[in-house]
Amino acid sequence: MHDQGKVIAGIVIFLIVVLFPIWYTGAFGDFTPPNLDPVTDAKECVKDKATMTAWHMDLLNEWRNDVVRNNDRGPVLIAGKEWEKSLTRTCLGCHGSYRKFCHKCHTYADVKPDCWQCHVVPEER
Amino acid sequence: MAEDPTPTREELSRVEYAPPAKTWMDTGVDIPNRRGNWCYASDAKHPEYLGQPNAHDWAPQNEDWNLPENWQRIILDGMKERLEKYRSFRLFMDICVRCGACADKCHFYLGTGDPKNMPVLRAELLRSVYKRYFTKAGRMFGKLAGARDLTIDVLKEWYYYFYQCTECRRCSVFCPYGIDTADVTMIGRELLNLVGINIGWIMEPAANCYRTGNHLGVRPNTFKDNLDFAAEDLEDITGVHVDVPIDRKGAEVLVVVPSADYFANPHYFTFLGYLALFHEIGLDYTFSPFATEGGNFGLFLSHDMMKRLNAKIYFEARRLGVKWILGAECGHMWRVLHQYMDTMNGPADFLETPKSPVTGTVFTNAKATSTVHITEFTADLIRHDKLDLDKSRNDHLKVTFHDSCNPARAVGLLDEPRYIMKKVLNNFIEMPENTIREQTFCCGGGSGLGSDENMEARMRGGLPRANAVKYVKDEYGVNTLACICAIDKAVLPPLIDYWVGGVEVAGIHEFVGNALMMKGQNERLTDLRNEPIPHLQKREAEEEVKSDA
Amino acid sequence: MNALVSLLAVLSIVVIAFLGAGAGLEVLFGVVLPYAAILTFLVGFVLRIVKWAKSPVPFRIPTVAGQAKSLEWIKHQPLESPYTRRQVVLRMALEVLFFRSLFRNTKAELKGGPRLVYGADKALWLFGMIFHWSFLIIFIRHLRFFTEPVPALVTGVEWVDSFFDVGLPALFATSVLLLVSLSWLIGRRFLDPQVRYISQAADYFPLFLIFGIASTGVLLRHFAKTDVAGVKELGMGLLGFSPPNLGELGLSGLFYAHLLLVTALIAYFPLSKLMHLGGVFMSPTRNLANNNRAVRHVNPNPQPVQVHEFEHWKEEFKEEIAEAGYKLERD
Repeated sequence: MHDQGKVIAGIVIFLIVVLFPIWYTGAFGDFTPPNLDPVTDAKECVKDKATMTAWHMDLLNEWRNDVVRNNDRGPVLIAGKEWEKSLTRTCLGCHGSYRKFCHKCHTYADVKPDCWQCHVVPEER
Repeated sequence: MAEDPTPTREELSRVEYAPPAKTWMDTGVDIPNRRGNWCYASDAKHPEYLGQPNAHDWAPQNEDWNLPENWQRIILDGMKERLEKYRSFRLFMDICVRCGACADKCHFYLGTGDPKNMPVLRAELLRSVYKRYFTKAGRMFGKLAGARDLTIDVLKEWYYYFYQCTECRRCSVFCPYGIDTADVTMIGRELLNLVGINIGWIMEPAANCYRTGNHLGVRPNTFKDNLDFAAEDLEDITGVHVDVPIDRKGAEVLVVVPSADYFANPHYFTFLGYLALFHEIGLDYTFSPFATEGGNFGLFLSHDMMKRLNAKIYFEARRLGVKWILGAECGHMWRVLHQYMDTMNGPADFLETPKSPVTGTVFTNAKATSTVHITEFTADLIRHDKLDLDKSRNDHLKVTFHDSCNPARAVGLLDEPRYIMKKVLNNFIEMPENTIREQTFCCGGGSGLGSDENMEARMRGGLPRANAVKYVKDEYGVNTLACICAIDKAVLPPLIDYWVGGVEVAGIHEFVGNALMMKGQNERLTDLRNEPIPHLQKREAEEEVKSDA
Repeated sequence: MNALVSLLAVLSIVVIAFLGAGAGLEVLFGVVLPYAAILTFLVGFVLRIVKWAKSPVPFRIPTVAGQAKSLEWIKHQPLESPYTRRQVVLRMALEVLFFRSLFRNTKAELKGGPRLVYGADKALWLFGMIFHWSFLIIFIRHLRFFTEPVPALVTGVEWVDSFFDVGLPALFATSVLLLVSLSWLIGRRFLDPQVRYISQAADYFPLFLIFGIASTGVLLRHFAKTDVAGVKELGMGLLGFSPPNLGELGLSGLFYAHLLLVTALIAYFPLSKLMHLGGVFMSPTRNLANNNRAVRHVNPNPQPVQVHEFEHWKEEFKEEIAEAGYKLERD
């Protein structure tokens, strides 16, 4: 191989950059996912679990618009059951711990919701 | 064989850029019907003399090229060897993304509209074979991966298009990866040469150069005669006798010129300019009777041939015991002197860092090769006010400057010649910015393509350059096209006559010689071409009338 | 033909992913193939660089694009004709980061007369820049799935990229820019006759592939949302060599399509023209200084050649030499 020094330096830099996630997480964090504690014994949510994990922001957005902009507080009928359009009373009614529930996923997946721009972060129960 | 006349200007002005319907992989090149666009084969005696492999008689227009039986093997082995020898080649085969930025940068594409003259496709002619035999994708997917078998049709395309590239490197300036088609073409020509395919206009000069020392085959005695003759001519014109030292051991400087300078017009007038300049500053210099050629047609054939032809320069510098080398106005010679000579035939540790004996300037940019370009040397003289110059002696000239490809894109020699011109003449006009400096266009006949049988290709390839000249001629009345390249000086006159007309071609040191006031000179009513300088003749006539009265 | 084959190849990747995810082959598409692709990428990339490096650079052949360093009073253009290593690094940095050579691009047109005119043509440069920079930013954004804790660089880039805060979740500017620039790059391969003529399957395929990646990505974020925490669980599991139970994660077919397209890109990368990423650093016409006459370049494998020996030349032309009266002394 020619220009060995420069080429090897280049390859090392390349590997350091592409393997960043591994050495960085290994040094500063953890590969295992956080334990999600729903902080409730309730057996059912507004919708099924898969839908809720993927789409809860849309539901909350819809409720927020209905309540704040259209003065429509519900109730809303989902799957034969009535729910009040309320983050604090409906959602946080079960998932009472911000730290143990919302925060874990949102920090983990680096998603910053707008909820707490208006709402007070719930106290631990 | 019958000469086809070059088509008319009107015919060549219509260029069809729409590509054909068939893909480039399926279209061969109809060589017999493209007469005027290719060069004749070399007589086998020249490659034989140079010990080149598989030298044989053949003709491009013939169906059968008399190739050696295992020609494909020879080429593929040659390709493998070069892939392992030149990183540039391997890299340029691998990383082109076919963005197309190079397409309309090539003068041959602009002049012919032939899509295979787009640098990207010119390289693809080699790349398709590289892919077929040296990459897995090419072996597996064939055409879909852009791979082609090495057939005789592919080889004929190589011959046609690698001898329709002047290795000017303009495309390389625009390529985001710096892919240099000159490098690709050089390899392509080396591969062709392996199976005995090469052209007479390169082989004969190369053989001459190897044998006698110069491309024209000028023998040692004729060399002396020519130089003496030049000294006489200069004396006739200026009234000053100059000595032209040859083979003078212990001189400070070895001067190396392209052989056309002492043999052909208009080069010769530039040569007279050098002689006048060297005499006037009292330069302690010598010519070599062996290194009578600075140019190097080996560059247009193979790296090895370049090295073989170049070796005599350092050899002679050592034998003559000079301190440094002064290289004259020549384009490809300077690509070799600047980018190859020291690596190939150096180190030049027996030479010193060049120092101008007149101004004391040390040319640190040439401290390893000890080789200075004459425009660097002269610009420094003028800057230090060491020359007595009368600019008005060039007032009959309106000059524009053609940057020769190699001094521009291999050396970066752009402002030295301009500085000199601004100091030795009053009327200097630049051509449009996309056609000068690093973006300069080739004369159409570089890299050994300055022959006559390919005149149509030369006129087509030279269109962008000629067009820019026409612009400054029409707008500003330019009547002189300056350049610092021997091939330019040979190739530009017919090009300009064809497309423009009424513009002469000249070297920078012709203007220097014109303007240089020499000690003991006569009234000098003519320029170095021995043509009357109109306003001086007029003034002289008026003064005569006055004194008569 | 070349375009059609490439398009079909990309579409079949999408179909295979949907079918596979539906048929319980999550482990193949979520674990086995990504590992294989990453391994191919790392090994292939390094081997390709080593292969290039095995060929020497026998000559110093920079393409000079401006005034060289010469006499003191002549203005040197260090970026066009670098003389020192520092200047080479600067020239390379501008080349790699801002595509400086492409910025020079012009368009030549032949008008009647004939008259050739040249105009600046920055479109290719502009869309090339948008494409590459968007791609890089999107790559950095995706590190949120592959790092824990998420570094400030990533959150910072996300914040800037979603600055206009349109939609929920907020639309990233680069998502749009990537699709727009890709459309332009694809469009030009079809609409510009010269570019169409030179285009091969290897040119269309990566464009379609990346277009597929970008569009499935946008769908996943905005229209057919997926469980991002689950995605991260998969990402982190792969990195920590303990992939999660994919059946339990229940990621969508669309997600697997996105993933398989990315997998294909990663594996294809080192085998293709995409290696210009590594190659641009090694181009001898760009990464060498134009100081040829000041510093000798050494060819590591010089070829011995036969030259015309002086003594032989002297013998061959002895009559002419005698006639000219040269002494031709040697030490």
